[in-house]
Amino acid sequence: MRSLAGALTLALTLVGPTQATPEIQHWQTQSGAKVLFVEAPDLPMLDIRIVFDAGSARDGDTPGLAKLTNAVLDQGAGPWSADEIAQRMESVGAELGNDSLRDMAYLSLRTLTEPAPLKTALETLTQVLTAPRFALSDVDRILQAMGATLKSQQQSPGAIVKRRFMQALYGDHPYAIHSDGTEASLAALTPEQARAFHRRLYVANNAVVAMVGAVQRPQAEAIAEQLTAALPAGEPAPKLPEPEPLSEARSVKVAFPSAQSHLRIGQIGMRRGDPDYFPLYVGNHVLGGSGLVSRLGEEVREKRGLSYSVYSYFSPMHADGPFMMGAQTQNAQALQAQTVMMDTLRRFIEHGPEAADLARSKKNITGGFPLDIASNSKILGYLAMIGFYDLPLDYLDNFVQRIEAVDAAAIREAFQRRLHPERMLTVVVGRQVEPAESKAE
Amino acid sequence: MKRLLIILALGGLGLGLAAQAAQEVHEYRLDNGMQVFVKPDRRAPIAVSQVWYRVGASYEPDGRTGISHVLEHMMFKGTEKYGPNEFSRIIAENGGEENAFTGPDYTAYFQTMAADRIEVSFELEADRMRNLLLRPEEFAKEVEVVKEERRLRTEDKPNALTYEQFKAVAYRSLPYANPVIGWMNDLENLEAKDLGHWYRKWYAPNNAALVVVGDVDPERMFELAKQHFGPLKAETLPESKRLREPPQRGIIRTEVKAPARQPYLVMGYKTPVLASVDEQTALEPYALEMLAGILDGGQSARLKRELVRGAEIATSASASYSAFTRLPGMLTLSGVPAEGYDVADLEQAFTEQTAKLRTELVSAEELERVRNQVIASQVYELDSVFYQALQIGLLETVGLDWRLIDQYAENLRQVTAEQVRDVARKHLTEDQLTVAILNPQPIEEPAMAARQPSGGRHGG
Repeated sequence: MRSLAGALTLALTLVGPTQATPEIQHWQTQSGAKVLFVEAPDLPMLDIRIVFDAGSARDGDTPGLAKLTNAVLDQGAGPWSADEIAQRMESVGAELGNDSLRDMAYLSLRTLTEPAPLKTALETLTQVLTAPRFALSDVDRILQAMGATLKSQQQSPGAIVKRRFMQALYGDHPYAIHSDGTEASLAALTPEQARAFHRRLYVANNAVVAMVGAVQRPQAEAIAEQLTAALPAGEPAPKLPEPEPLSEARSVKVAFPSAQSHLRIGQIGMRRGDPDYFPLYVGNHVLGGSGLVSRLGEEVREKRGLSYSVYSYFSPMHADGPFMMGAQTQNAQALQAQTVMMDTLRRFIEHGPEAADLARSKKNITGGFPLDIASNSKILGYLAMIGFYDLPLDYLDNFVQRIEAVDAAAIREAFQRRLHPERMLTVVVGRQVEPAESKAE
Repeated sequence: MKRLLIILALGGLGLGLAAQAAQEVHEYRLDNGMQVFVKPDRRAPIAVSQVWYRVGASYEPDGRTGISHVLEHMMFKGTEKYGPNEFSRIIAENGGEENAFTGPDYTAYFQTMAADRIEVSFELEADRMRNLLLRPEEFAKEVEVVKEERRLRTEDKPNALTYEQFKAVAYRSLPYANPVIGWMNDLENLEAKDLGHWYRKWYAPNNAALVVVGDVDPERMFELAKQHFGPLKAETLPESKRLREPPQRGIIRTEVKAPARQPYLVMGYKTPVLASVDEQTALEPYALEMLAGILDGGQSARLKRELVRGAEIATSASASYSAFTRLPGMLTLSGVPAEGYDVADLEQAFTEQTAKLRTELVSAEELERVRNQVIASQVYELDSVFYQALQIGLLETVGLDWRLIDQYAENLRQVTAEQVRDVARKHLTEDQLTVAILNPQPIEEPAMAARQPSGGRHGG
């Protein structure tokens, strides 16, 4: 039998800069929307995602408005009711999707490229995108569903820790706003507000159309024109303010009658296109971004069995997004888990990654890159991200090279400059256990 | 594999769409009984390798629930040749993604990698199929991780607790009554030696299927499979008795009290599956799949159209049925009542829906819509090598034939409105119904001696 070592050596020599990255075509529609397109002829299907800078960071003093606007689009548009829109899409096997995050709000479509279903799906999507009705009864129903979502979050310690972490970390910054709003804010939302939000932000100059599928450039151009022709040109959303980092450590504890305590520890992190992106990304991969083989996975789960899931990540956004570490453990071990996580982070910041760990992480990221671009849906996600955050069009072509260029010194330097364990926010949601009951390590 | 393009009347989608785009499955069997399935997909230079074992929670005896899942965790804890977690490190270093999952009917392990490295996966999987070391000190830590997983997934999730109890009371005899992750008591009493017995009993080449989908050559994969898995010795597998639920003779009701902000309802009717039907009832599972699609195949299906919109009696409402399990299961309806309604109202609405299916014929448009969705989704699924492999592995481990993937759309096409009504009449009856409700208890917030930020609100 050939040894594994032999197989590894052979395999590793085969990776390299020869990987073909998707050829991204790029243009603007007449109305001004930015289009990114990759032709993928193998499967008779087309994926489209239309992204607007219209997430909850644009909610202002009406939390929940971005999500409401996005969710109500397909509940009645142009000549069709919610029932008719759903029927038109699903009768041709098309899948209509939507979501609203902090930065992005989007509509998405997956359809067959056979002429008849494609035509029906595109006609319907165009109305949903450009002519939503915002009828009172539809808005009220969506608000009720959002209210139900709030309740289900209030019974979930995992959801509570997420909300409280962002709220405490971002304070007055728009990223403090939770996309789902609050009970009080939802009660005050109106169809007029949603209509105005749509008119202001669902506009061509604030839009990116990402497309991957079995159509050729002329047809792709025609589709992009069809979808966006009726969008007003409008203005791009204004730049978001930069968030203020915490000036001192802060701890938030939320009592909750759960078996586990949910922990989230972190600070303001980085933005998309950040000059430190690659050292921070690769460094975090070693620290807590690579599951069980990461430093945090090793210390919290593998060595001590404290938590099923433990991780760290940077969430880069338009403005600086958060850096966070997270875990959940039975209440009596919460303090121990927190201590282990902070110790692991401090050691990592002080010493940087070990050479062997760094080499492994880089091999994982670069060797795994073909997996990241192996399907239409994954390529679509990259197109939307590249277009939305104005990343260079050769982002994917240069990705592997940029990872390779990161060294331990750059990681250590970037982590020391950017992360400050003495000024981090810690949020714990769970049942408080008297210190006497806590297991000492 | 079907290559004929059949265009349905009334503007229906061509059944052969997926078949045109998909590649053939190549099937082999090693001398030791291990099955090997290879499906080329050359769209990207990657491949997924999955090893499926015919063992899972539904094979577990009382007192040992959760043992298959704990063993799945321990499969990463080293063999004679490789230390704890070395498996994961080697896969990671090769740019691979890997994980494993345990279900009622199977335990499966997978790696997705650049196609030219897939042999690394074969060697490591072959090694841990027979040479696992169950070190007691590793077990002691890992079983704690699994208990945390149970707390995370079930104990602190009121809907999950309700669903767990729903299954526990619905089944008199079938092991689907037990949760895949196991009861906490059983996890607490599990020992490393129990896992050793379980491992030796079930982890053998003649109880496993290897599925590879990606940019690979089938003959080469077969050669590599022979080389790595071929030397492993077959075992005499335990004899499994045929299990069937005794007839249910009346409605079963249960309630779960847990801290929660909203109620939740689950209803389930006992139903057959493809593995349990005979010649006379062969189409019943397809009629049930069609029925589930008519109730909940998207936003235009009845539950969303009539209950979430329409009457606005539910904020969420869904129906679920799978024809692809080893033992008979249930068609379930679940949901959360809207403001101003309670679980009794929602139960009434669900009951009216099933009554309508028993009395009225579904429309041609509804049948057509479900068929078109199935045909389209079969094309969409080709975008994922993982999902293509999953379908083959799943069918083979529940005792069916992977060729059903190709026949599925065609068999669904044969289902008539009368057959949907007939399965509703036969199976969606009150005597075969189990109902579970979540009765929300206050989320009390005991005072905490902690620094509370000023102006902070409780409970998010």
